[in-house]
Amino acid sequence: MKRTLDWQIATVKAVKQETPHVKTITLTLPDWVQHKAGQHYDVRLTAADGYQAQRSYSIASQPERTGEIDLTVERIEDGEVSSYIDEVLIPGDLVELRGPIGGYFVWEVALGGPLLLVAGGSGVVPLMSMIRHRASAKSAIPTRLLYSSRSFEDIIYRDELEQLTNESSALKVFHTLTRSQPSGWTGYARRIDQPMLREVVEGLGLPQVFICGPTPLVEAVANDLVQIGLNPTHIRTERFGPSGTSA
Amino acid sequence: MSDVETSVTDELMLDGNAVAGMLQEIFAMEMTATPTECANCGHEGAIGSLLCFNQAPGLILRCPACKQVMIRIVQTPDAVYLDARGAVYLRLARQQ
Repeated sequence: MKRTLDWQIATVKAVKQETPHVKTITLTLPDWVQHKAGQHYDVRLTAADGYQAQRSYSIASQPERTGEIDLTVERIEDGEVSSYIDEVLIPGDLVELRGPIGGYFVWEVALGGPLLLVAGGSGVVPLMSMIRHRASAKSAIPTRLLYSSRSFEDIIYRDELEQLTNESSALKVFHTLTRSQPSGWTGYARRIDQPMLREVVEGLGLPQVFICGPTPLVEAVANDLVQIGLNPTHIRTERFGPSGTSA
Repeated sequence: MSDVETSVTDELMLDGNAVAGMLQEIFAMEMTATPTECANCGHEGAIGSLLCFNQAPGLILRCPACKQVMIRIVQTPDAVYLDARGAVYLRLARQQ
């Protein structure tokens, strides 16, 4: 791995609206380095007066895609970086970033499984990179994703997840919608709890676990999984929140 | 610490993954998978699993088990101050 992190200027290739509050930005990188699923990039914005703001965004795309990456960004109310990405960025724009970064919350097919992924909201992004990597590598590692969203419209990657589960019988996706559910909804309709986790892990064996989401969800799910008997050393967590590291 | 203060700080709490870029800048290596041990309670874990509070002039990393401060980092324009008295060790893997 490269020791130093150099900033580079990427070009926006495409912008896709995923949900009302979430966009995926495809970036072409002049100095592309293959990432591991779960890693992120630091994005830095510089204003005309020199003021800089910096945030970390998880890579959504699989490592097998060369030369470019997808970052999926949720717009945070008053977020100075995410609102710029949401409102201003169009194809052809330049973005300063550095990465890939991180070595703890990462997974690759060679690490094996089974795999239990638990996501809250845009916490699904690094887990989607793992799922896409698993699909690209044509892996049959038993994998389950439990994904909590506020509403049906807020489910990121909804169609692609459905397609991937149709293509791989070893991949199962469980949705829970915490605020509103469409009529005829057959998935879960509450916050993640122990009975739900028990049902999701039923028959999976002893999985490696990756949990990503807002801090309260991550804390609760990690505690619940230990209480239902999973090994704490197999549980990796990544919390996200409204903050970022300013440059 | 009162309950109110606890809930406020928990809202802002992240983990070591969130500052991976800054740590790599300082240590010139990937740091989130680096094992470390809490000097207070002996809990062992990776830097990425530590609780992180970064909405302040400095960065605080706390033990996920006992919540004690393990590492503090303050950056000034010409220096980085690193206080790791809350960590027994950091195991920095030799680069191959």
